Amino acid sequence: MTREVRIRVNGQLKRVESAPDTPLLYVLTDEMHLQGPRFGCGLAQCGSCSVLLDGAEIRSCVTPVAAVNGKSVTTLEGLPRWYAEQKKLSHVPELHPVQQTVIEEQAVQCGYCYNGLIIKAAELLSKNSRPSDQEIRTAMNGHLCRCGSYPRMMKAIRSASEMMRSGTRAAESVETRPGELAVNVAAGESEAAQ
Amino acid sequence: MSRNTAEAASREPALDATLPTNGGMGRRDFLKAGGALIVGFSSAAVLADTLLAQGPPGFRMPGPDPTQIDTWLAIHSDNTATVYIGYVELGQGSTTSLLQVSAEELDLDMNQVSTVRVDTKMSPNQGGTYSSSAIARGSPAIRQAAAAARLALLIMAAERLESPADNLIVAKGVVSVAGKPGRSVTYGELIGDKRFDIQITGHERLKPVAEYTLVGSRPPRNDIPGKVRGTYTYLQHVRLPGMLHGRIVRPRGQGAYGLGAKVTSLDETSIAHIPGARVVRKSDFVGVVAPREWDAVRAARELKITWDMPPILPGSDDVYEAMRAEKTFDHVVLQRGDVDAAFGAATPLHTASGTFHCPYQAHACFGPNGALADVRSDSALLICSSQDVYTTRGTVARILGLQPDQVRAQYYEGSGTYGHSCYDDAAQAAAIMSQLAGKPVRLQFMRWDEHGWDPYGPAHVGEVRIAADANGKLVAYQYDGWHHNWAAVETSQQLALGTPAQEWRLGAAQQVNPSDCGGMYAIPNVKLVNHQVDGLKYLKAAWLRSPLDLSFSFASEQTMDELARKLSMDAYAFRRMNIANERWQGVLDAVARAAEWNPRPPASQVSHETVVRGRGIGLGTHLTSYGAAVAEIEVNRETGQVSVKHLYGAIDAGLAVNPAFIENQISGQLVQATSRMLKEEVTFNKTNVTSLDWNSYPILRFEECPEVTPIVVQRIDQRSTGAGEEVMAATAGAIACAFFDATGVHMREFPLTPRRVLAALHRS
Repeated sequence: MTREVRIRVNGQLKRVESAPDTPLLYVLTDEMHLQGPRFGCGLAQCGSCSVLLDGAEIRSCVTPVAAVNGKSVTTLEGLPRWYAEQKKLSHVPELHPVQQTVIEEQAVQCGYCYNGLIIKAAELLSKNSRPSDQEIRTAMNGHLCRCGSYPRMMKAIRSASEMMRSGTRAAESVETRPGELAVNVAAGESEAAQ
Repeated sequence: MSRNTAEAASREPALDATLPTNGGMGRRDFLKAGGALIVGFSSAAVLADTLLAQGPPGFRMPGPDPTQIDTWLAIHSDNTATVYIGYVELGQGSTTSLLQVSAEELDLDMNQVSTVRVDTKMSPNQGGTYSSSAIARGSPAIRQAAAAARLALLIMAAERLESPADNLIVAKGVVSVAGKPGRSVTYGELIGDKRFDIQITGHERLKPVAEYTLVGSRPPRNDIPGKVRGTYTYLQHVRLPGMLHGRIVRPRGQGAYGLGAKVTSLDETSIAHIPGARVVRKSDFVGVVAPREWDAVRAARELKITWDMPPILPGSDDVYEAMRAEKTFDHVVLQRGDVDAAFGAATPLHTASGTFHCPYQAHACFGPNGALADVRSDSALLICSSQDVYTTRGTVARILGLQPDQVRAQYYEGSGTYGHSCYDDAAQAAAIMSQLAGKPVRLQFMRWDEHGWDPYGPAHVGEVRIAADANGKLVAYQYDGWHHNWAAVETSQQLALGTPAQEWRLGAAQQVNPSDCGGMYAIPNVKLVNHQVDGLKYLKAAWLRSPLDLSFSFASEQTMDELARKLSMDAYAFRRMNIANERWQGVLDAVARAAEWNPRPPASQVSHETVVRGRGIGLGTHLTSYGAAVAEIEVNRETGQVSVKHLYGAIDAGLAVNPAFIENQISGQLVQATSRMLKEEVTFNKTNVTSLDWNSYPILRFEECPEVTPIVVQRIDQRSTGAGEEVMAATAGAIACAFFDATGVHMREFPLTPRRVLAALHRS
């Protein structure tokens, strides 16, 4: 007799139908129809499938669902709720600060890796609210981005860290004076991953 | 009432690679080849003029009639508009930019316009989203349709408001009589959800660039919030009712393209223990399907199958020698003046030359490709990530034995594709599997399928020689390039139907690119020769972001710096004095200024420290835009480790519809080009490819990422051109030149891995 597997996903207790050796990723995507975790390699090499397991980032593509029986899984969709619990907020914000700053920085290109980048950054900031640039790079180094958006992700993490500490929004993104067409060369801001 | 300013605004990217101007397949070739190849150079608006003129009598591109306003947009009762776009979103932001163009011309706000998924049931056929063409070639048709719609609405409003059309003004879709704001009517009230049934003449007046308020501004991308929340549906998330999960079964890593793969034994009972799993096979095409995804993964893994894989590949270490030894099809791409005579001249000349080796590189999509198909006896639904749904539909229909209009193809975005990755192969495989299984099938490539069966960017050998006079003026330039061409038949079709492997025709498609090979400099004597290798004994290939342009600039720009050193000239000054075109000068100046470039000859400050620093400047492009880059790097002489510290990249892509998106594209190109120069190479032995995952095909990591400074050179008076790949080549050149500056040694081969760097330093 196979033991029944139950997991808590984004706060809700779920009974798992899949076989116990099924990787957690397939349970989340096929059974629970979540779209945060994404299949990338099935080898724990890239990070696109990452979720938080009791607050720690894991690779759901190589984690048998039986191994997380009784535990609490947070996916990208559940990050705001998880953040509210962490911070003991009275209500669940619309977005986790990292999600918010990623949007503000317009960091994303294709965005496929951003599940893992955001999950990992959220884990980092939950443990270390003021990471140095080197600590950010070290923490994020196991997450690949094919589009090369690391510099903007770096800025988004710094900005989220600031927001979480100050409790305020980070600086508004550079915007848009409609109608303004620069005739001359406009040198963009440096985007620092270093 | 002319089209004079029509072309002035369009814009940029498409993260993806291209069909070169100098020789893609013509319509006639496409038709002769049975349509298995890619077309789609043109926007629908120019269809009537060009493609029809070249096609057989009565031929019309499939898809809705591009001359009708209703093909392009609909105005709703709530005063919003749906714009039908034929170009796909690849994470480059072109959907948002094309909406900017539409809203601008219609006098709507950004929040009044939206679009729908690209779908052969409803989308205009604008050809493929290739060549960074979404804005350059996609926007004119959309702009003209929007102008036609606005004109039609103004005529309706003139009647309704009993006022001459000349006396009407429009803001946010509200038409009012000038000076009498009370007399107004909305677009929605005029036509709400009804058809226009009006033909686009192409002569409708377009808004002058000087009046633009949305084009040139920086509204945020409309796809990012969903991608960040986890609500965006990537192809990999799509499910169909009653479907089976499918996996293909192939050897781990492709062999020679011409051979495909031959099944020598297959034991279907080996997966009998897996619930519901079964084999679907058509000749040498093998797949497995199962109701549960994990069971399909297990079945593919556990199926007992053997393959015949003859050891005829040269192997990645010997590929360059092998290509140089081949009998090639030679084609002079460009000849001007007399290069041999110039090199032989008695006047004092400085010359530099070299041979350069550039590896196969993979698209390596971050999320492996997939597709879903529901094939019935008389129809099929195909859900795929094709950059050209109409062409994919045609090919899949032929494979299935259906007519193209019996197949509906829908686009869902996968991960960034950067050219022709496995998306067509996956679409064909899903269709074949659904037909065999008699059920809807969701096919997902595994990581090793994607890496191992990618149509790679081809390997290349470049031989370049350049001569300058005593004053540093370039007098002669010759580039000889060896490589094979792109695959014209996908592996699924090859295995299932026995269709012979076939490359694009000789001389066409992948060629030595005159824009990169000396094209930015004013040189009186130039000769560019393309030596095309027969690719059937090599790997399957296709266009990879900025196809071969990195290789050309790697070879050409290093040779330029060698000359600069011989002339004791600064690399920037040397380039600048040899450029006649002000737009090339513009990007070169912009990037040099941003990097605070200080003049000195290359490799003039080589130190003997363990860690040495260097900087390099490079030019390059893909097709029509202008790219320049500066690289600042460090080289550790003991470990051979190259570290790129800071990159500056400038693009002039004409009028930038959304400069923010181009900045993001530049940043990505700088980082991805670094990855390709430092880390990426497809390895293979005599039998098959051995780069099968991120360990065996490493890419740049977070800790290795340079600081980047993107620079958009805005040219409001110039037609928009591509911006999704045009600074890759310049970056490749700049990094290579920076290595030379740091060490005094030229790298003759990339990627600049520690092993290769140590060998080069040791040789010198």
